[in-house]
Amino acid sequence: MRVNFWSMASGSLLSLLLVAWTQVGCFGGSHSEASPSKRTSGRPLLINGAGASFPFPLYAHWFSSYREVDPSLRINYQSIGSGGGIRQFLAGTTDFGATDAPMTEEELAQARNQVLHVPTALGAVVVTYNLPELGGEEPLHLSGPLIAQIFMGRVTNWSDPQIQELNPKLTLPDRSIITAHRSDGSGTTAVFTDYLAQISPEWAETVGKGKAVRFPTGLGGKGNEGVTSLVRQNPGSIGYVEFNYALINQMRVAALLTDSETVVRPTVESITLAAESALSQIPEDFRVSIVNPQNPKAYPIAAFTYFLLHSPMDPVKGEKLMSFIQWAMGPGQEAASGLGYAPLPAPLVERVLSSVRSIELL
Amino acid sequence: MRSSDKLFYYLLKTLAWGVVGLLAAMVLVVLWMSWEALGHFGLRFFVDASWDSWREEFGALAFIYGTLVTSFIAVLLAVPVSLAVALYLNELAPPWIARPLGFFVEMLAAIPSIVYGLWGLFVLAPFLRDHVQPLLATYLGFLPFFQGPQMGVGLLGAGVILAIMIIPTIASISREVFKSVPESLREAALGLGATRWEMLRIAVLRVALSGVMGAVVLGLGRALGETMAVTMLIGNRPQIVWSLFESGQTMASILANQYAEADSSLHLSALTAVGLALFVVSLVINSLARWIIWRMQRVV
Repeated sequence: MRVNFWSMASGSLLSLLLVAWTQVGCFGGSHSEASPSKRTSGRPLLINGAGASFPFPLYAHWFSSYREVDPSLRINYQSIGSGGGIRQFLAGTTDFGATDAPMTEEELAQARNQVLHVPTALGAVVVTYNLPELGGEEPLHLSGPLIAQIFMGRVTNWSDPQIQELNPKLTLPDRSIITAHRSDGSGTTAVFTDYLAQISPEWAETVGKGKAVRFPTGLGGKGNEGVTSLVRQNPGSIGYVEFNYALINQMRVAALLTDSETVVRPTVESITLAAESALSQIPEDFRVSIVNPQNPKAYPIAAFTYFLLHSPMDPVKGEKLMSFIQWAMGPGQEAASGLGYAPLPAPLVERVLSSVRSIELL
Repeated sequence: MRSSDKLFYYLLKTLAWGVVGLLAAMVLVVLWMSWEALGHFGLRFFVDASWDSWREEFGALAFIYGTLVTSFIAVLLAVPVSLAVALYLNELAPPWIARPLGFFVEMLAAIPSIVYGLWGLFVLAPFLRDHVQPLLATYLGFLPFFQGPQMGVGLLGAGVILAIMIIPTIASISREVFKSVPESLREAALGLGATRWEMLRIAVLRVALSGVMGAVVLGLGRALGETMAVTMLIGNRPQIVWSLFESGQTMASILANQYAEADSSLHLSALTAVGLALFVVSLVINSLARWIIWRMQRVV
């Protein structure tokens, strides 16, 4: 018994040490100095990224498809949320970050090197509702100011004349409105509140904008799925979720009145149009809000989602990541619309590529 | 001492002190990380109920309230059920029923909390909204606890799911405690002419009381810290209200909700301070319960 125990113990200790040693070896291998010789021996180069969870389905699809293009590269992405993505990126624990809201000046000031924002796709926030009395054909029409009124708790019944006025074809029930919002910090809330703050001065003053604001009324659900289940279960409720989530789950979404006669439904085209109509306002570093655009045909609650890159970059990883982004801007964009993300407008893709090419490789 | 004994002794000693050291290290790190918020708001942080990350106003009182209320509901509902289960399984049920039934009760403890959360959201909350809350509002609606809109999710929903989650803990530990009560006490009580219920009351419950309290404390500990299921059922709205139908927010659920996406350092620090508050509240409640147990043991 005794002998057995000790031999077992020493055996497992030995294997532990072995594991530790090989892992240290791995770590060393992923650094640039040692890597070229090691990689030719067949082990793929590993690039680590972390951040936004909103584009994760798209990124996961991209990274796995890209393996067929370049088998020697493996991109490991953890969808830990934009905030965590920025923190890890700043701490240098990841090779690239990903975020929905662009980094603030404060955060940029903490970076040791130059930071590049690379727009990868467009997302949108849609308003979903549960009114069993309405038929499925005609979507509910809402306007920005009205959405602000509802989420501030000013308009509390579906039969309110303000809602009826926008929906002459619908007979709206006498039902109280239950609002559902995201309880977790999220880019979705940031885009939604950014839009409402632009459209309603009162919203801007009382609620504000950000990833987690204090909503004056309503229920909070964690994640898109939390909001969705609150909306599904409570007749009379209204909430907001990401466009791709609503698309995949075939949820009923409201069409938005952007001016007195134009009604816009959220579609891949109308979302891309939001970026297109804002092209001239997009600055060099791509950090821009494109909610409430000039063009009334564009869907007004849209936003970019970004990769975050350092310049200068490690040459081996930088080279690989650049060719990946080149691919993502071409075939990758086509895959986006199938997953419920809107592709970037073509003129912007050119600008993105030239910005990525400006990354120094040292 | 033989050298191997010595080695063994020091090994155990190191491990035991290591755990204490780990706890101390955790407290230090949490204190250090929450220093910014505590310095900014002072002790007002713990008595202020406003939480607005846009205006950078942070106070933990609404979360402390939510945690205490949901845990209290949970204990209130779980204790009678758990004791009934434990007494039945231990004292009344024939072994061929007690064994499988006991197994299933303990199985409840093995279900991951996210599963409880999903079940709560999709099954329990609609059930509460359609059947339980209307009844409560009709018959007990004069109390401030049972007024307001009935939506299923809220403080009550979170409390009920917590109760279900802590029943197996309290029941199985109480069962062990009842088992340890000497058979001779039961025989003596019966011999004095006690009925079965009187025997349970005099010879089992009274003797086992401090052990049962220990079981309740463990259950309470789980309820205080439970995160996922509560987050899904509480409605996630930091507020202090009388009505149990209203939504709330607990210390654990605000952390689950906002930690990942907190980007200002004050926000992050305030969240860590909420973690510290959770730590302190758990410590205080546990100490209090232990003190009660200690008092009881002296009385018995």
